[in-house]
Amino acid sequence: MIELAKVSRIFDVGDQQVAALRDIDLSIAKGDYVSIMGPSGSGKSTLLNMIGLLDRPSSGTYLLGGGNVTDLNDQQQAKVRSEMIGFVFQAFHLVPRLTASMNIELPLILAGIAVEERKSRVEELLKNYGLSDRADHRPDQLSGGQRQRVAIARATCMHPAVLLADEPTGNLDQATGKEVMNLLEELVAQQVALIVVTHDPAIGGRAHRQLHMVDGQIISESAKGVAA
Amino acid sequence: MRLIDVAQFASGSLRGSPARTLLMMLAMSIGVAAVVVLTALGDGARLYVINQFASLGTNLVIVLPGRTETAGIGPGMLLGQIPREITLDDAQTILRSRAVKRIAPLTVGSATISKDALNREVVVLGSTSDLLEVRHMSIGIGKFLPAGDIYESTSVCVLGNQIARELFGNERAVGQWVRLGDRRFRVIGVLEGQGESMGMRTDELVIVPVASAHQLFNTSGLFRILVEAKNRDSIEQARHDAEQFMFQRHGGEKDVTVITQDAVLATFDRILTALTMAVGGIAAISLAVAGVLIMNVMLIAVAQRVKEIGLLKALGAPGVQIRNLFFAEAALLSGIGSLAGLLLGYTGSTIIGQIYPTLPVSPPWWAVIAACATALGTGILFSVWPARRAARLDPVAALAGR
Repeated sequence: MIELAKVSRIFDVGDQQVAALRDIDLSIAKGDYVSIMGPSGSGKSTLLNMIGLLDRPSSGTYLLGGGNVTDLNDQQQAKVRSEMIGFVFQAFHLVPRLTASMNIELPLILAGIAVEERKSRVEELLKNYGLSDRADHRPDQLSGGQRQRVAIARATCMHPAVLLADEPTGNLDQATGKEVMNLLEELVAQQVALIVVTHDPAIGGRAHRQLHMVDGQIISESAKGVAA
Repeated sequence: MRLIDVAQFASGSLRGSPARTLLMMLAMSIGVAAVVVLTALGDGARLYVINQFASLGTNLVIVLPGRTETAGIGPGMLLGQIPREITLDDAQTILRSRAVKRIAPLTVGSATISKDALNREVVVLGSTSDLLEVRHMSIGIGKFLPAGDIYESTSVCVLGNQIARELFGNERAVGQWVRLGDRRFRVIGVLEGQGESMGMRTDELVIVPVASAHQLFNTSGLFRILVEAKNRDSIEQARHDAEQFMFQRHGGEKDVTVITQDAVLATFDRILTALTMAVGGIAAISLAVAGVLIMNVMLIAVAQRVKEIGLLKALGAPGVQIRNLFFAEAALLSGIGSLAGLLLGYTGSTIIGQIYPTLPVSPPWWAVIAACATALGTGILFSVWPARRAARLDPVAALAGR
């Protein structure tokens, strides 16, 4: 599904060059549940952005779903993101002026899907995530857990193959965080590759594969139940 | 992304900051309204002048003595000769042209008109019965000059409306005698009050047969010959014929000037249209200012919505789509703004039309289209930079709000 070969990302900071990722080799299969952990600045978010095609590797190649996506142009990248990748952010990133259902509908609108199809998909997602009675509420009228549920619904409405979550529980209390993780993990059962970036070992420990990063490199990988 | 969704999304973001949106639309609409009102005024002035000309008569060719331009130096000029005058016989020959419907020779002078103890100075016009038709005058009471031999100097006169009132008050003027210079004339008619037309007040005129006027002023020359062509298409033929006949009769010398009313009218039309366009152009500057305002506000909007733009990119919107969303916002703003401006402009012109009923105020269609096109154009043009800026945002940095 995802094949990263010798992927590096180098940032220019002033006249210095800082490597956020160094020669990363990583392969993730369909239905994999991967967590990426590490201290701040270890490059875990950069890796996630790389996988999500929000960032480009400075060197190396990236194959997604069998195709080389390393050198796609802006349009092609956007198309891949739209069709294959879903994002869940720590800060939810809901559009404040839009209602919950309109926020969920956004990727469908951008993809140019017909109105009836959009309505039925949004309807279904609202029901699945227990948001039916919150459909017409704006984000500021929703609780944190509800907002993240809207964000997850939005991330899944295009039926992506890969779901990327950057600190999905970072802005939530523990109970709500757990609830959100359960929702995300349900998607793994539907053959979605779930990649979670976190610095919380309790969250990261739930993943089947746990990657540990330091200084732009994956220093170790452990399976569930085995201490790092 | 579908067009309707683009429009909906853009209008949604505009409604997201209503005060800003309203202010921008206000700027746009004031610009459009200014263009509409000012061009309406300019065009109204143009129509006013044209109407004034039309009231002088239609399809007119005017023959006047002398020539404003010369083709080289003739012997007459060296001797200091004055141009040969136009006579009644000259006028009569013009009638031979098939393009000419009728003519009215004109002699002008001033004389003292008196009745009993009342007297005043008046402009006396010597002409023929056809003047009534040629100059679009209308008679109020009595009759106009009788048709017949134009060389006969009958002692009849037609008074302008105001002269009649001043001399006779509420008395009946027709049938009474007045003294003009050293001759007595019988009043046979009074003109209908007409007001001013192109600087000549027919209300203060006294019209007598042309031969009588010649005797009164002791001349034989004509001030002007008004020639009415058969129709619009024969104006040029009439002009040519008049010139040709005068040329022949004056011994092969081109010593008269023949102008067509059309030529004069066209000149005025050109001048006033140019003026209208200039005024409209000046007003259009305010549209450019509104455009700069839109650019400014768009830049602020891009800065404020950086996270939203980053999100849209993450959700699969390519840069082009984001650019189009901002274009759509600009187009909506200037579109609705110019509609409001049109409304404002038309209301304004109507109000001006109510205040000055003589001025035919209505914005010309080309100005309306130009104003709207300029508004839309500047709106979109000035959003190019902000929209490109939004489209080129790096999604990672944008999501982080940087």
